[in-house]
Amino acid sequence: MTFINYASREINCKIVYYGPGLCGKTTNLQHIYDSTAAQARGKLISLATETDRTLFFDFMPLELGTVRGFKTRFHLYTVPGQVFYEASRKLILKGVDGVVFVADSQEERMDANIESLYNLEENLRAYGYELMKLPYVLQLNKRDLPNVIPAPDLTAELQRKGEPVIEAVASTGVGVYDTLKAVAKQVLTELRRS
Amino acid sequence: MANSPILIREQRFHQIKAVLARLRLDASARLVVLVDKDGQQIAVHGELGDLDTTSLASLAAGNVAATGGMAKLIGEREFPTLSHEGERESIHISVIGRVLLVVVFDDRSSLGLVKLRSKQISQELAMAFAEIERESELAAADNSLPFSEITDEEIDSLFSNR
Repeated sequence: MTFINYASREINCKIVYYGPGLCGKTTNLQHIYDSTAAQARGKLISLATETDRTLFFDFMPLELGTVRGFKTRFHLYTVPGQVFYEASRKLILKGVDGVVFVADSQEERMDANIESLYNLEENLRAYGYELMKLPYVLQLNKRDLPNVIPAPDLTAELQRKGEPVIEAVASTGVGVYDTLKAVAKQVLTELRRS
Repeated sequence: MANSPILIREQRFHQIKAVLARLRLDASARLVVLVDKDGQQIAVHGELGDLDTTSLASLAAGNVAATGGMAKLIGEREFPTLSHEGERESIHISVIGRVLLVVVFDDRSSLGLVKLRSKQISQELAMAFAEIERESELAAADNSLPFSEITDEEIDSLFSNR
């Protein structure tokens, strides 16, 4: 849910990174955090298990700049990818303005990608949202690994509506900002339409 | 878009800030924050210090969402208040419709007083937020949102140095 505050001249939007366990959602946020000037971002909050798996969510506010006198701030969230955290995963989607689906390009994770994408659509529907109408980007992550599915094949399997598809290696930052840009642009463009 | 944007006009913002200031005084609280259930901070009043209220807002919403989920599991609609008592600092959260009233207090106050004062102003905040929602719907309907005329160049300019 976008918030526009005239008094503080701020616009706040919520973006959620979704995807199967260990696909690199937190790594995306970590890279943005590490490569952004401190004054443009807040703390990176990680509610994680002792083994660094996301338990509830990661959160980071990021300020992109000013448009029409309003500071644009994006609240970036990740969901826990592991299947059994379904209840908390669903909670994070509430009030979402844009979604990034982080797919794991490795062959053996294809079923997990499909299951997670199906789960995303189902959870969005539970809040009355339609993936087809929501700002949305598909990121094909881990492109540096040896056993990856060719990008066109992954795209054919996972792309839902002609959304931007970004190849990425989140651990080194490749494609991370392109993904964020692609979804943030769509969110702001939607504001023009709404 | 999932939902129409929520638009907070200056007059409404200052009205809410005045309510929070009164609560802070009456409850002898350190800090009062109004947060949307989705985790966005709406307004804050009190001794901020170096407290990261953006993170506090996000975590308070996550906390309420998680306990709300537990409530549903046991057949309750939601838990309308949550309290966390620490050694020196404590937090009380009230769920008021779609907003959360978060009060941070120390030993200058007490949980009982904070609960009482929070409850006393909840109706006022609920009405103010209902007005905000009505104004947001009107603004969306007559296309007077500040971004309705935004250009592609303006959007691109945000990303030009990244």
